[in-house]
Amino acid sequence: MHPVLSLIAQRLVLGVLLLFAASVLIFAGTTILPGDVAQQILGQAATPESLANLRAELGLNDPPVTRYFGWLGGVLQGDLGTALTNQRDIAESLGQRLSNTLFLAFWAALISVPLAILLGLTAVRYKDRWPDKLISAVTLASISIPEFLIGYVLMFFVAVQLGWAPSVAMINDSMNFGQKLNAIALPVAVLTLVVLAHMMRMTRAAILNVMQSAYIETAELKGLSTFAVIRKHAFPNAIAPIVNVVMINLAYLVVGVVVIEVVFVYPGMGQYLVDHVSKRDVPVVQACGLIFAAVYIGLNMIADIVSILANPRLRHPK
Amino acid sequence: MCRGARIRKLWHQGMLKNIPLSALIGLFFTGLYFLMAIFAPLVAPYGMAEVVGDVWEPSSADHLLGTDTIGRDLLSRMIYGGRTTIYIATMATALSFITGSILGFAAAVSGGWVDQALSRFVDLIMSIPSLIFALVVLSVMPVTVTVLILVMGLLDATRVYRLARAVAVDISVMEYVEAARLRGEKLTWIIFREILPNALSPLVAEMGLRFIFMVLFVSTLSFLGIGVQPPGADWGGIVKENKEGIVYGIGAALYPAVAIATLAISVNLVADWVLNRTTSLKGGRG
Repeated sequence: MHPVLSLIAQRLVLGVLLLFAASVLIFAGTTILPGDVAQQILGQAATPESLANLRAELGLNDPPVTRYFGWLGGVLQGDLGTALTNQRDIAESLGQRLSNTLFLAFWAALISVPLAILLGLTAVRYKDRWPDKLISAVTLASISIPEFLIGYVLMFFVAVQLGWAPSVAMINDSMNFGQKLNAIALPVAVLTLVVLAHMMRMTRAAILNVMQSAYIETAELKGLSTFAVIRKHAFPNAIAPIVNVVMINLAYLVVGVVVIEVVFVYPGMGQYLVDHVSKRDVPVVQACGLIFAAVYIGLNMIADIVSILANPRLRHPK
Repeated sequence: MCRGARIRKLWHQGMLKNIPLSALIGLFFTGLYFLMAIFAPLVAPYGMAEVVGDVWEPSSADHLLGTDTIGRDLLSRMIYGGRTTIYIATMATALSFITGSILGFAAAVSGGWVDQALSRFVDLIMSIPSLIFALVVLSVMPVTVTVLILVMGLLDATRVYRLARAVAVDISVMEYVEAARLRGEKLTWIIFREILPNALSPLVAEMGLRFIFMVLFVSTLSFLGIGVQPPGADWGGIVKENKEGIVYGIGAALYPAVAIATLAISVNLVADWVLNRTTSLKGGRG
């Protein structure tokens, strides 16, 4: 078998194993820890009988291993269980919300990825001059600012004071595409700002790393212009690290979505998860946690695979 | 030696002279926030939960930052809130450093299956985003300050573990560690007497960044309603309490958010300086 294929197969198996282990961890985190789910749901005033009833209803009397495989078997068939708080099917409530979240993340990624790469290239082009310095100062500030501050500052000035965009991002099926885009304008802007600086800085570092190689010096000595050197010689070799950066940031975006959805009251997965954590609705929390972990692990796995594919030394072994 | 003379001595040794302006600003604000946190009851003009005015009064001479969603003095609440935020972040950072570095050193020194088991377990925990994992765990735990510190500190210990292990692997192949091994010293001696003193500077530089991360983490959790519970308050919680005001053009929620950002940026400036200094001295402790 081609060495690249076996490497990729290895990564895929590793990803599946990791996801399996993560599901064990999520299940264990909500089961083995000292907190008693039944007690948490009913509160301190619960009678012993009602506690015993609820435990039986939730199947808490079975051994954890049995419950885990019951849960995992259901998840693999698309059955995420029912929510404790409203007895609704979790998979059904999740479907719409997951697509809302992906809609939001998709637009944020579509804007932030090209912008970050372009700005990263600019920073390299004007290294140690003011555009580069400005970019690193903004980066330092943006990793120190909580996401919700950026969210509320934009909401306060852009939505409330200027009235350019709605302050609350409600979307539903009756809206057309343009209305939906208008509704998510602010959350997308915030998410873009949150990941932009990181991506820009890491792109800059990746390209600078390539720029120090000998073949770049050769290209420069041939008399090519700086942009031609970056475009034809540095960029193809920097693709793997950049894709890696992009994937890491997309994974970060998926988590950032949780906070931003709460800020803008957006009906997505993050809001759903946070709501049910406060209500201590364990099946919903498990399901959401697993989906977030799956997306995160999946994106990291894709990053690994792309960097294998983009490496010419691995594609054409001696 | 009196204080003035000591500072003058440090100045002449070039310790203070070479502090860049950015680090001085960072040190000033970090110090200010910590002092306010420690002396909160003396500094705050009103009590934390005292209702002293109308709902969302604008700022005035009596209430410098105005009042909050049920008429409590916002400045006093911010000062007490800062105390909670800084306390939780400090304790969680300490916990994550103690656990993370001891386990990291132990893994590097013992090697073999101990190292493999610990490292793969850390990989697994890091494969789930920490905010999501914290939410999952906190959904079944009673949310108290102690539980918050434990969850945040232990989750973050994975990051410290990676750094500590990487640093200690380099140190553990040095001759003096081998000499200690041949002398028959125990694991605890090797970790605390040989590895720790030499691994201290990169760890200290990292500590600032971990502290910022903890401040942001606890603020985010409280903002989501899963951190510090009312009537207690921290900065994230104050943002949550006052967020409805934003839509009516009342900026009360922005003050604590700005406080979080300025604290984080100041610590970052100091950490940056420490990092540059320690790397330029090649691990010196000057």
